[in-house]
Amino acid sequence: MIAALTHLLAQVPDAPTTVLTSGRGINDNLFVIIAISAIFYGTPLLLAALGEMLTERSGILNLGVEGMMLMGAVAAAWTSIHASGPGWSVVLQALVASMVVGGLTALLHAVLVITFRVEQIVSGLAITILAGAAGLSSYLASTWELASGPVPHRLDLLDVGGLADTPVVGPLLFHQNVLTYFSWLLVGFLWWYLFRSRTGLHLRAVGESPATADAMGIHVNRYRYVHTVIGGTLAGLGGAFFPLAIIPLWSDGVTGGRGWIALALVIFGFWRPELILAGAYLFGAFSSLSLTLQARNVEVPTQLLDSLPYLMTIIVLVVVSTGWARRRVGAPAALGTAYEREAR
Amino acid sequence: MIRLERRVDQPRWLKVAVPAGSVLTALLAGAVLLSLTGHDAMETYQLLLERGFTSQGAFTATLTAATPLLFTGLCAAVAFRMRVFNIGGEGQLIMGAVGASAAGIALGDGPVVITVLGMILAGAICGAVWAGIAGALKAWANTNEIITTLMLNYVAANLATYLVFGSKSYWRELGGTGAMFPQGKPIAEGAHWPSVDFGNFTMGFGFFLGSVIAIGLFVVFRSTRFGFQVQVIGDEPRAARYAGMRTKRAIFGLMALSGAIAGIGGASDVGDTRYVLDPKALQQAGYGYAGIVVAALARLNPIAVVFVAILMGGLSNAGRALQGPDFPAGLVGTLQGLLLVFTLGGELFARYRIRRVAAEHAAADPADTPGGAPAVTA
Repeated sequence: MIAALTHLLAQVPDAPTTVLTSGRGINDNLFVIIAISAIFYGTPLLLAALGEMLTERSGILNLGVEGMMLMGAVAAAWTSIHASGPGWSVVLQALVASMVVGGLTALLHAVLVITFRVEQIVSGLAITILAGAAGLSSYLASTWELASGPVPHRLDLLDVGGLADTPVVGPLLFHQNVLTYFSWLLVGFLWWYLFRSRTGLHLRAVGESPATADAMGIHVNRYRYVHTVIGGTLAGLGGAFFPLAIIPLWSDGVTGGRGWIALALVIFGFWRPELILAGAYLFGAFSSLSLTLQARNVEVPTQLLDSLPYLMTIIVLVVVSTGWARRRVGAPAALGTAYEREAR
Repeated sequence: MIRLERRVDQPRWLKVAVPAGSVLTALLAGAVLLSLTGHDAMETYQLLLERGFTSQGAFTATLTAATPLLFTGLCAAVAFRMRVFNIGGEGQLIMGAVGASAAGIALGDGPVVITVLGMILAGAICGAVWAGIAGALKAWANTNEIITTLMLNYVAANLATYLVFGSKSYWRELGGTGAMFPQGKPIAEGAHWPSVDFGNFTMGFGFFLGSVIAIGLFVVFRSTRFGFQVQVIGDEPRAARYAGMRTKRAIFGLMALSGAIAGIGGASDVGDTRYVLDPKALQQAGYGYAGIVVAALARLNPIAVVFVAILMGGLSNAGRALQGPDFPAGLVGTLQGLLLVFTLGGELFARYRIRRVAAEHAAADPADTPGGAPAVTA
């Protein structure tokens, strides 16, 4: 946490330690700082939740997000330490590695639930236990001695068009790292994909009524395989954000339960990318609140603030689970059920 | 073309062969992983067996390590039976430890029977309340229990950390070294739970209690009205409602029962093992999640949970004893995960018959299959 804090302060251009120059004064207020950290801490949540949204849209529930994120994190940390080449290419390789590994972890889930017809909830939990903080990710990290030093190549903040110092919008819109910009593009793309493209329509059909989709000639299980694996690549990418941007030194369970929050975010965002974006930044703001306030010498019990995102998840879930919300925007109707052709 | 046919009934030999095959495959996969990462698989497995079960004093330590897994395994098994997915054994166990350590500190010098009973009761109540929150939300507000129980795990961990590290609470030792380094207040020696010596090994009271609870649950599920309700609601909630069963009340009751069991696990952690509320250690141990593995491997059978808990306890006990450069952290969790994944996958072979058929045959009407059993092509 200390590492994260110092890093945050180093990254945030208007931290008290930096010299105030023109345009920076206004960027030093609490609102801007909270907004910056909301985006910073919200980005991995957003990526993982968008992936899970795609998976759930196909009717597959993958509770293995936390495990997939941790596998992505391990892959990214290893690549950043061992790959050679200029910094940007190493970071790119690390991102690709995290996606591949996250996707492979999701493939295991897909094989279990689609081909082997394992109960989706149990299989997802098994993935998280296998890959999670006390499992494979920790085993690989200690075998590869990832904790022996900080990750050398990391995601740098880009100063887009030299506008980083613009009051308020500068640090928010023009001073982010590649992954954050990618996540914004992804939100737009996924909205178009789900609601404007033919494949997206088919995907939604598969998630709502696989039997109908099948009758239309859509390969139900192929859609489910593909979208589960893509969901895993995005979870892996979200995991990569931790070693590459938030906490440079490896520690087991570095994602700290963000995978579970991502799962809740999908429900919170009613399976829509733009609402998931809003939810992710809300949670990002909450999960960084204790750091931000501590940095400003506000005395509040840390444990209370650390509990806030989790308590808020519960409250939000209760609200969106009411009959009114369910009727308006519910889960894909076939979510969590295997499709067996003969049973239709 | 491969074709899956659902088996109408499972032959007896399959019920043994499939789990055995799954375990062997999981061990094989673990061996491949070990070899790939530069370890000697056979030697590692032999060490695990020795330090977990056969060497001097190993079984005593294994039973100690198995005790929390027994409770969290039962906690998960009870809830999963009704398809209520309580993933919150972790938090419920922590809350049980919070309650039991308060009772242990308060009752410390009284007669041991009262103290132990008080700690069990306090642990059970705290665990039941913690699970009851998620249970009530599930029953009456239709809130997804997987997410709420999980979120409550983090809240419970933060709460326990706050009691010991963030405040000057009743649970915190303020004198002695406690003035310098935050730590929990130990319970009085009179409140330590008894243990039974069997000559070769010692069994703590917690493990005994857990086994008794397991047998009790077995009977409840087999031959009581509540057990029947749990089964019907789990299989077909709508049918249960039409039959006049109070499903909401059953969900809430089952969650509370499940949480109470995990809470007693927390009490046993304080009374049997640590004698203090140790939030950091509890968080690191991850008993709740391991309990899900135990329950799933035991196929939600309470009696089987006892034996699987011993097996998993042996693994984690050996893992702790051996931890070092040759035996990296996470190996035990990885092996547990592999066991789980392969066991789950293997069930396909018990549930379905796998046939190779000619392609044109596969397209035939499903009614052609023997006994009208449904068939699927994959």
